Amino acid sequence: MAKDNEKIIQQNMLKPDGLNPKVKYSIAAVLLALLLLGIWWLEQILPPSSIIFTVLKKGAIYSLIAVSLNLLNGFTGLFSLGQAGFMLIGAYTYAVLTIPPESRAAVYMYYDGGIIDFALPVPVAMLLAGCLAGLCGFLIGLPVLRLKSDYLAIATLGFAEIIRAIVQYDKLGPITNASNLLRSFPVFRSTLFPFIVAGLCIAVICLLINSSYGRAFKAIRDDEIAAEAMGINLFAHKEMALVTSAFFAGIGGALLAMFQMMVQARAFTSAMTYEILLIVVIGGIGSITGSIIASFLFIACSEWWLRFLDEVQIINGFQLPFMRSGFRMVVFSIIIMFVVLFYRKGIMGTKEFSIDGIYKFFRRLFTGEGKKPKEQKGGGAA
Amino acid sequence: MSENILHVENITMQFGGVVAVNNLSLDVNRGEIVALIGPNGAGKTTAFNVITGVYEPTNGRVDFCGENMIQNYPKGKMAKSYKGENLGLYKNSISKTPDQITKLGIARTFQNIRLFSGLTVFENVLIAKHMRARQNIFSATFRLNYKEEQRMRREAMELLEIQDMGHLKDDIAGSLPYGIQRRLEIARALATEPQLLLLDEPAAGMNPQETQELTDFILEIKNNYNLSVFMIEHHMDLVMQISNRIYVLDFGSLIAQGLPEEISNNPRVIEAYLGVSDDAEN
Repeated sequence: MAKDNEKIIQQNMLKPDGLNPKVKYSIAAVLLALLLLGIWWLEQILPPSSIIFTVLKKGAIYSLIAVSLNLLNGFTGLFSLGQAGFMLIGAYTYAVLTIPPESRAAVYMYYDGGIIDFALPVPVAMLLAGCLAGLCGFLIGLPVLRLKSDYLAIATLGFAEIIRAIVQYDKLGPITNASNLLRSFPVFRSTLFPFIVAGLCIAVICLLINSSYGRAFKAIRDDEIAAEAMGINLFAHKEMALVTSAFFAGIGGALLAMFQMMVQARAFTSAMTYEILLIVVIGGIGSITGSIIASFLFIACSEWWLRFLDEVQIINGFQLPFMRSGFRMVVFSIIIMFVVLFYRKGIMGTKEFSIDGIYKFFRRLFTGEGKKPKEQKGGGAA
Repeated sequence: MSENILHVENITMQFGGVVAVNNLSLDVNRGEIVALIGPNGAGKTTAFNVITGVYEPTNGRVDFCGENMIQNYPKGKMAKSYKGENLGLYKNSISKTPDQITKLGIARTFQNIRLFSGLTVFENVLIAKHMRARQNIFSATFRLNYKEEQRMRREAMELLEIQDMGHLKDDIAGSLPYGIQRRLEIARALATEPQLLLLDEPAAGMNPQETQELTDFILEIKNNYNLSVFMIEHHMDLVMQISNRIYVLDFGSLIAQGLPEEISNNPRVIEAYLGVSDDAEN
């Protein structure tokens, strides 16, 4: 019997396609170190205003948020559109709690400096941002998780809109500064900061997805009735997925606030959720590496590669038609339409759902911990 | 008489004006294989769904291992439109969700196979181990449940090896042949460590040889896991071969019960059910 067990455990440990897990972990660690080193090196040689840093920073933040949405949409099968609401809560929590007392008079100029006169350290505020978003996720989950598919999407979308309205409510001005923007809170300078924070958060989500609970989430996604018959408490597990997703969206929101150096509720519209949903769909629903690759591509396209379309271009004295502000979005939409038409399952989606690839894919996710997208990031930087 | 494990008492299930199951009472004793048969639409699967908590019965009670697990009486609108019997016999309303019932020790399979078709064979079985593992979402995420996880994996793998499916462990469940999917579904149900196994038409769509293999398989797991089996089945040879007792349902009501040979000679049963096959032969 003992021999049998040994054999079985060995079978579990041995990966059919070769590499020893230790080797894989080491390769992943080396690649990650190289990536961070590469970014550090870029920061030394390029001016800080370079567009590359904008793309890298925003791409890292969006990949965290996209992965958090993918946890719900792709891994638990809950079609939620509340991500902008959770990001808003995270961003506001972080901003409100970290504005230094001496700057408060200027920020809250219409509200006598607000009612908060302390500032928390950045890591504590970020954690609280996640926790508050998670709490909101829990509360909204209580009624909403009874709904399915489209109805769940509508309800969560409504939640995000309501949160946006509440934050702008005048009576809450002393805390949220109502519809005025919040600024002067501590921000990051180095591109390494969002990479490290988002990387850690995505690592945690990967660990969760590959744990027993992650398997339960996938079971719910594949067949709710069977999952329930296997003793999985549907409501509890859906709540867990929603709270985890909201928590990381909250942290993502805090990072976004830091990146933008100011927060205004008006920016967190449903269009923002759609952007993130688009990233998830392009990357492949149910693929973490896909979400990461897609968010860098998306941000690079919208911030960098297609920027020139918005400017008036004159070639040999001839002004090209259409090239004016807003044309970028037209081209962008067409590109997205092509992607959706010809990569119906997203960039990574087919790999994940290919018949023999799924287990290998999850294992690669697990061992490589985003090995592939990190390479992609490096490629984007170089 | 051995110990009673499942006791269903006066179950009535009414959907709107339709009585799908009418005043059904039955018992399953420990170590028995009991079959529930009846023509299509007789209410067999509805009875299963009541026992497993998918539906809340309109009236009646279900006991498992001597403990009252489900009880209900017509309430609200249903109190007026109720067409069944035994009104007022039950005063309590006890209900359990399917996952709680699985945890108590009743596992089931489905008429139309419900595997997690995108996951591997191994993961399918592993998921069934999730509910009994001592862990929470934090310990699982940060791998503090390492021993628990190893135990789950080992047990799932052992189960697959015993069921001769070890070599399929990395195959995607949805890509397997039909007969193996059926067996996997049973293996997955076994992984929840049940005392009572409910099989909803396990031999549906199987050829005679596969049916014979399944018959042996059911007997084998019953003995190896010390199970009681309660099953819905249409294949009469399978039913007659392995059941200790048979219940016959027609239009929601029990029309006969007894030993296999009694049932096969019962005129009401022949009229309602077996008679059809006689006609087909002629």
